[in-house]
Amino acid sequence: MQFGIFTVGDVTPDPTNGRAPTEHERIKAMVTMARHAEEVGLDVFAMGEHHNEPFVPSSPTTMLGHIAARTDRLLLSTSTTLITTNDPVKIAEDYAMLQHLADGRVDLMMGRGNTGPVYPWFGKDIRAGIPLAIENYALLHRLWREHVVDWKGKYRTPLQSFTSTPRPLDGVPPFVWHGSIRSPEIAEQAAYYGDGFFANHIFWPASHTQRMVALYRQRYAHYGHGGEDQAIVGLGGQVFMRRNSQDAVREFRPYFDNAPVYGHGPSLEEFSAETPLTVGSPQQVIDRTLGFRDYVGDYQRQLFLLDHAGLPLKTVLEQLDLLGEEVVPVLRKEFAALKPAHVPDAPTHASLVAARDAAEREKVQA
Amino acid sequence: MKQRDLVVVSAGLSQPSSTRLLADQLSAAAVDAAAGLGVRLDVRVVEVRDLAHDLMNHLLTGFPPAPLKAALDAVAGADALIAVTPVFNASYSGLFKSFFDVVEKDALAGKPVLLAATGGTARHSLTLEHAMRPMFAYLGAVSVPTSVFAAAEDWGGDEAEGQLRARVVRAATELAREAERREPAAVADPFALTTSFEDLLAGR
Repeated sequence: MQFGIFTVGDVTPDPTNGRAPTEHERIKAMVTMARHAEEVGLDVFAMGEHHNEPFVPSSPTTMLGHIAARTDRLLLSTSTTLITTNDPVKIAEDYAMLQHLADGRVDLMMGRGNTGPVYPWFGKDIRAGIPLAIENYALLHRLWREHVVDWKGKYRTPLQSFTSTPRPLDGVPPFVWHGSIRSPEIAEQAAYYGDGFFANHIFWPASHTQRMVALYRQRYAHYGHGGEDQAIVGLGGQVFMRRNSQDAVREFRPYFDNAPVYGHGPSLEEFSAETPLTVGSPQQVIDRTLGFRDYVGDYQRQLFLLDHAGLPLKTVLEQLDLLGEEVVPVLRKEFAALKPAHVPDAPTHASLVAARDAAEREKVQA
Repeated sequence: MKQRDLVVVSAGLSQPSSTRLLADQLSAAAVDAAAGLGVRLDVRVVEVRDLAHDLMNHLLTGFPPAPLKAALDAVAGADALIAVTPVFNASYSGLFKSFFDVVEKDALAGKPVLLAATGGTARHSLTLEHAMRPMFAYLGAVSVPTSVFAAAEDWGGDEAEGQLRARVVRAATELAREAERREPAAVADPFALTTSFEDLLAGR
C-alpha cells in the first residue's frame, strides 16, 4: 500500500498571528514538504492545480519536475489535474515529459475543478464539466497509446496526423486515477478504462466515499478488468496530531475554526464525527485510518492533507515526522496483514512495464 | 387501505408556537380527510427550529449533518407536504427559506403541498400568494389552491375560529385528494448511474 500527502497549495493567513506566507514562501514550502515526505519514508506527493487566488499551484509539471530532480524514490502525482479546462494535448505532452525526467516516478489524478468562474477563463463552461471530462480524457488516452492520431470532437480543434511528443517513457503511459466526490459518471469512467478511482474523503461524509467506491468496484468488474476487490482505490484523509490528543485539539482548533471551506461552521467535534477528519494522537489516527477499510475494502493508496488553513511549515514538517515515524509503519504492517494475496498493489511504472512485456510475450507464444 | 406519508415542515421559533399549532390542525384535518378517501396518512413533523444549526452548517460545508439529512430525506420521500412559516418582514422567515434552500434539486417536483403561514394580523395574509406560492412553483411542487393564514385574532373568539376551521378543512381536503390520486413518491438515488458510458462517450 502507498502512503503519502496531498496539498491544495492555498495561501491562507495563520489565524493565530495573522501572517500569510508570500507566494514564494508557499511554493518553496511545498517543495520542502515533498522532500521531507521522502525523508520520513512516505511514498507519494500529490499537488492540486488551481488558477485562482488564494492558490499558488497553477503549473504542476514545473513544480513536480523540480521535485523530481531533488528526490530519489518519491512518486509524484496530482490532486487533481484539470481534465476539463486543460487541453488534453498539452496534458499528454507535459506529463510525458515529466515522466521521462522523473524516470517513471509519475502518475496523475484527473479532476473536473468545481470553481465556476475558472472555466470561462479557459474558454469552457462548468455546465459541460462531465462531457468535457469524458471527451478530453478519451483523447488523452489515445494520444498516449497511439503514435499517430486523427481525431475530431466537440471541445477542441480537430487533429490530423498528430503525434504528441515525447512519447511516454518505455511506451507506457503514466497510471491515471479519476477523482470525484459524488459524480457517478466519473466512477464509471475510471471503471471503463480500468484506471484507479480516488475518493477525496475529506470535508465530506464517509457515506459519499462508500457509495462511489462501491459503484466503481462493481463497474470495474463489469468491464472485465478483474474482481471488484481488485479495482484500484485511493482515499484522502485529513489529520492533525500531537502525542497527547488534547494538545492536538487545542493547537488545531483556531486553524479549524477559521479554515477556508468549513470554517465558521460546524465545531471541530461535529466535523470530526461527520467527516474523516481526525485530530488527536498518532494512535487515534492509526485506528481511524484502519477503519476506512471497513467501508471501502482493501485499497491501494492513502494520501493525507496536512498543510492547509494557514498551518506554518514548521508544524507541517512535525506532522510529517509523526506520520512517517509513528503512523505509517504501523499502517503498512496492519494493512498488509489484512490484504488477501489476490488484491493488487497500485500500479507503478515498473509494474506497468512488466505487465506490458508479459502480455507481449504471451502474444508471441500464442 | 392505501397508505401515504405526510411530512409537516413547521418553522415557528417560540415553543409552543402558533405556527406549530396551525401545522397540527392542518395535519389532523388532512389525516381525517384522507381517511374519508380510504387512505391512511402517516404524519412526520419536521421542527425546523431544532435543525437551525445544522442548516447553517449545511449552507457552509455543502453537506447535511445526520439529523438534517434525515429530515431532508423524509421531505423528498413524502407523498404530501404541509409547509408552515411565520411571516417576517412581509415574507417567509429566513429559517424557513434556508430549509427549502437545501432541499435536493427536484425533490419537490410534482409533490402536493399545502401552504400555510401565521402572523400578527391578517394584513400579512397575501404573503402566502406573493412569496410562498412562487417559491413552491419554482420547486415544481403542486400547491393546493387553498392556502391557510392564521392571525392572532384567529386564535381567540368563536366566530374567527370558525372561519379558520373551515379554511383548514378545505385546504386539508384538497391536499388529501391530491395525495390519494397519486402513486407513492419515488426518490431518485443521486449515486445511481443514469447513462451508460457508451452513451457518454457517444463515439468520441
